[in-house]
Amino acid sequence: MTILKVAKLVKRFGGLTAVDGVDFAFPKGKISAVIGPNGAGKTTFFNVITGIYKPDEGEIELDGKSIVNVKPHLITSRGIARTFQNIRLFGSMTVLENVMVGMHIHLKTGLFGTLLRLPRNRAEEKRSQEEAYRLLEYVGLESLLNEQANSLSYGAQRRLEIARALATRPKVLLLDEPAAGMNPRETVDLIGLIKRIRQELEITIILIEHDMRLVMELSDHILVLDYGTKIAEGIPEEIRTNPRVIEAYLGKSAAQQGVIS
Amino acid sequence: MNFMDKWKTKLQHLPTQASIYTLFVVVTALSVYFLDKSVVAFLLLLGSLLLLYFTSFKNSVKWAVGGILLFIVIPFATSGGLAHESYMEVATQCGIYIAMALGLNIVVGFAGLLDLGFVAFFAIGAYTYAIFATPQANNFISGQLFPLSGSSFWLFILIGGFVAALFGVLLGLPVLRVKGDYLAIVTLGFGEIIRIIFNNMEKPINITNGAMGLSSIQPPNLFGLKFTFPHQFYFIVVGILVIVIFTVRRLEHSKMGRSWKAIRENEIAAQSMGIPLIRTKLTAFAVGASFSGMMGVVFAAKQTFIDPTSFTLLESITILVMVILGGMGSVPGVILGAALVTILNLQVLTELTNWLNQLTMNGTISIPNALSPSKMQRFIFGAILVCIAIFRPNGLIVAKNRKVDAEQLKAERSHTPVPVGQSTGQSGGVAK
Ligand SMILES: Nc1ncnc2c1ncn2[C@@H]1O[C@H](COP(=O)(O)OP(=O)(O)OP(=O)(O)O)[C@@H](O)[C@H]1O
Ligand SMILES: [Mg+2]
Repeated sequence: MTILKVAKLVKRFGGLTAVDGVDFAFPKGKISAVIGPNGAGKTTFFNVITGIYKPDEGEIELDGKSIVNVKPHLITSRGIARTFQNIRLFGSMTVLENVMVGMHIHLKTGLFGTLLRLPRNRAEEKRSQEEAYRLLEYVGLESLLNEQANSLSYGAQRRLEIARALATRPKVLLLDEPAAGMNPRETVDLIGLIKRIRQELEITIILIEHDMRLVMELSDHILVLDYGTKIAEGIPEEIRTNPRVIEAYLGKSAAQQGVIS
Repeated sequence: MNFMDKWKTKLQHLPTQASIYTLFVVVTALSVYFLDKSVVAFLLLLGSLLLLYFTSFKNSVKWAVGGILLFIVIPFATSGGLAHESYMEVATQCGIYIAMALGLNIVVGFAGLLDLGFVAFFAIGAYTYAIFATPQANNFISGQLFPLSGSSFWLFILIGGFVAALFGVLLGLPVLRVKGDYLAIVTLGFGEIIRIIFNNMEKPINITNGAMGLSSIQPPNLFGLKFTFPHQFYFIVVGILVIVIFTVRRLEHSKMGRSWKAIRENEIAAQSMGIPLIRTKLTAFAVGASFSGMMGVVFAAKQTFIDPTSFTLLESITILVMVILGGMGSVPGVILGAALVTILNLQVLTELTNWLNQLTMNGTISIPNALSPSKMQRFIFGAILVCIAIFRPNGLIVAKNRKVDAEQLKAERSHTPVPVGQSTGQSGGVAK
């Protein structure tokens, strides 16, 4: 079953077509990967799905409903959350507060509730703290709850971005290069975390990643982009041996020799 | 070294702290009361509020002691000498500026939106009351209903705040689409435009009386008691200020406050967390403006005369300086910054000027004309600002994050299952 579908998606920047007529159906409850060489248009693809950029052409459907022209913050409440390739945390806020911001759409206290602080508002605040703390436990950052977010290590910052995205209670989670800057140990932990998110929380995951080991181990399905166009799709085995993919990554000569390792 | 440590531990001892603090307050209060005019004693007495902030009493105790100081000790102590009204005037001005700086701190400090025209909202509040509390409004509303009596003042505090908030939103709607430096320039323009409009709205219909300003504004009236002296306005200002501080503290650590800071830190990420950018920025503008508007009403009533020259760009800059000096985003810092700048301008530097003038007149010293004390005043003020900027680049009291006690969270948490389930289509209380 498909949860997120894009059809003939196009995004241009002036003369450059960063996403060029991409069609793809992301299966529900699975882990899909979007791969491709630098500048292939992967991040732009995410930015268009999450509403940061408007597509020039094409259709995006979440659960059968179009999300083209929906404002980014409303796309989040429809159930799409994301992390960023160039980490975008709320740097001077605490780790816990970062996650609590992610809970924004689930908190009902308004301006007057805040000022009056009725029991119900106080309870909600308390609950959001607890839930945020639980999410920190989930990604293994609970001991750092009071630290300032920008004082964390690279790997920890990436995990905090995941916790913050989970706080929006998404149906679909987009991860843009979650392993970038991580050491091999951290990457192994990350793989475990992503698997747990899929299994325990039943969230559909779409990830962009250059680390082929991670991609091959995690993905059920892979979409390959090059110069904005889809050059291949399939299960990891098919992609690994696909000559067009190898050519895009390693050039023509390598394509004659075989496999991406 | 050992000696110092000993003192440190002694000072952390609560009863010791309490007695030293009480002694300090009593001595300064008595000196203010008995000495005819002692600026130093008065400043030390005000300083006791700052000292209170640094004590390790419980929060509720601090609030209670602060209340007693503000409502009883300070008004009473200053009532002893000839300088009573001038002390109260300084304290009242401090209060007005603190409220405005706290308002601007929401916009600049929390939401990260640089606003260089903030005084416009103060002007709007002031004119809102002044137009209706003088015969001025008869020019465009028939029936000779105006001036409204001074008892309408209390309602006008709210109206002034509301009108200013409304203008905050009206300004914000077109303006908040631009960012950073551009926003600063546009708001600067807005501040000037408001002033120029007030300066020119005497034709075709005379609404603001133009550059002549509005005079004989009705003083506030509470059940027949007329407010005309600074020591009376002091209580109004402190009353509003308490509400303002309370509001700011509540907002800061709420969903709203976190959204403001999130936008300041990273707009794109904030959006991706479901925060509506424009609406959240507009609330920051509106809430910040409302504080200014309320104080504008008080200002108009206190001065009984206003004209556009009270609302120049320099005022906007001064308020911004208070925020930056005190510590952007830091509520205690901004309060200190505002108080310090006001006191420097109104009391310390004027005293210094007077003293130097006195010496020159007596012939004790001779100061060349180019360095006349009144010119020196701005120079010293500038020098102090530069020094603070160099030695405390993040402000006098740097903004701190609130820490949460993890043990308590774990102990108290309800035993519901992991809450991070899938959202069920409708959930998410779709941001209306
Ligand atoms: N805002 C923008 N304005 C203009 N060009 C852009 C913009 N964003 C991306 N591009 C261009 O679009 C192309 C695709 O960029 P994108 O960031 O999507 O690539 P990517 O696949 O994520 O690459 P990487 O693996 O390096 O992250 C690049 O040529 C890039 O320069
Ligand atoms: Mg990218």
